[in-house]
Amino acid sequence: MRDTAAPAPLLSVAGLQGWYGESHVLHGIDFHVNEGEVVTLLGRNGAGKTSTILAIMGILPRRSGSVRFGGVETVNLQPRQIARLGIAICPEERGIFASLSVEENLMLPPRIQDGGLSVDRIYQLFPNLKERSRSQGTKLSGGEQQMLAIARILRTGSRFLLLDEPTEGLAPVIVQQIGRTIQQLKKEGFTIVLVEQNFRFAASVADRHYVVDQGRVIDMIPNADLDANIDKLHAYLGV
Amino acid sequence: MFELLGIPPQVLLGQLLLGLINGSFYAVLSLGLAVIFGLLNIINFAHGALYMMGAFVAWMLLNYFGIGYWWALILAPVIVGGFGIVLERTILSRLYKLDHLYGLLLTFGLALIIQGLFRNYYGISGLPYQIPAELAGGYNLGFMYLPNYRAWVVIASAAVCFGAWFLIEKTRLGAYLRAATENPTLVGAFGINVPLMVMLTYGAGVALAGFAGVLAAPIYSVNPNMGADLIIVVFAVVVIGGMGSILGAILTGYVLGLVEGLARVFFPEGSAVVIFVIMAIVLLVKPEGLFGRAN
Repeated sequence: MRDTAAPAPLLSVAGLQGWYGESHVLHGIDFHVNEGEVVTLLGRNGAGKTSTILAIMGILPRRSGSVRFGGVETVNLQPRQIARLGIAICPEERGIFASLSVEENLMLPPRIQDGGLSVDRIYQLFPNLKERSRSQGTKLSGGEQQMLAIARILRTGSRFLLLDEPTEGLAPVIVQQIGRTIQQLKKEGFTIVLVEQNFRFAASVADRHYVVDQGRVIDMIPNADLDANIDKLHAYLGV
Repeated sequence: MFELLGIPPQVLLGQLLLGLINGSFYAVLSLGLAVIFGLLNIINFAHGALYMMGAFVAWMLLNYFGIGYWWALILAPVIVGGFGIVLERTILSRLYKLDHLYGLLLTFGLALIIQGLFRNYYGISGLPYQIPAELAGGYNLGFMYLPNYRAWVVIASAAVCFGAWFLIEKTRLGAYLRAATENPTLVGAFGINVPLMVMLTYGAGVALAGFAGVLAAPIYSVNPNMGADLIIVVFAVVVIGGMGSILGAILTGYVLGLVEGLARVFFPEGSAVVIFVIMAIVLLVKPEGLFGRAN
């Protein structure tokens, strides 16, 4: 029996379906994220991980089912309304603006609520960004752009972050730095949904892992049980 | 007095001044077009008609309400901008997901309707609009005579261009605008109200056209075709400068105005086509325009 005193999950997704035009990409996603947790969505290419993130953010144009955030049903809201509830996205393609300087990129997302990191603190976490604050955003290296894409949403005060493959295509040393950043954010109480292909990286930061396949969540593995389930996971991911 | 290639300096400088005046209008109008195209993805063919409306609104304010030039300079852009916002909300906003061509056709149709309405009520002969008393007269600079009003047009349009450039390139609001031009979806996902920004941007771009119309009223006669004649050249300016670039639109406007002026001195027969020849060359060599980004 469930303890009724346990807090409701910060995010609960139930029967989430989604479409790109005629193409039906999410077929009933179910999962939840508790406050302060880091949860990953694992799965093969095209399984629906990114679509799930985009659906939570409201960017996926057509969706049905239920996405409750902090008790508010968001499945029919616009992205800008969802952002105002305190959800922030770091998209897979990073979305650094070429016509904005590094600093303008950093300052672009408006503050949603109090408690965001100060610019000083962000520059302390990511010293490269300070050095290059006047450069064009897209002149940064891939790793620096990824830092910037994460850094700018930390300023907003949003405590719930959707990070879509932040380590994709980056050098190991940068991956480690992003891993340390995520652990630091977790320590400070941020709640994070992380899409990952690299489950070694995922295992180093996450509490629980959801496996997504063909637009559905097919399994959940607590991080502590990851080793015991490694063969199963390999089969899921087709590694 | 010295002469250059047999051209008296009065003639040369006079034509350069005229070129600078025309260039001022090109710059203000192509600036608005570039901003609108960037954010709305719409080639605003109604821009010339809205410029003409600016001139007519100034004329109406004076003749029906006794409101003079200086107030018209503020009120006419507001009125034309408000009209633009109504157009955007009711009609243009339905086209954003379609190809450029639809926006072009629709705004072209709107331009014909607006021009037709004014032609119906005011005829095509043109209505006079007096230069405001404060700007009557001029200075003799020794080498040429400079009418005060023309000097004012150059200064006012340069100030407006600089203001628009500064707002777009150097401020927080401008950063929102540039970001939304690149990736409106992501900007919306940061919690910014992009549709509101789009509406206000169209209003502001159109208000610039209205402002140019008021500036033009005392120089050119106020007539329903004044925008149709100008807008073709302004489109060539935008193509040469590159659709996406604010600074490019402004600089190209001024430079091509001057080039036209020079052409009138040295090769008058070609002055009407020189901009289009340059456009053809630019399209062959750098199709994205001199300041445009390839994509």
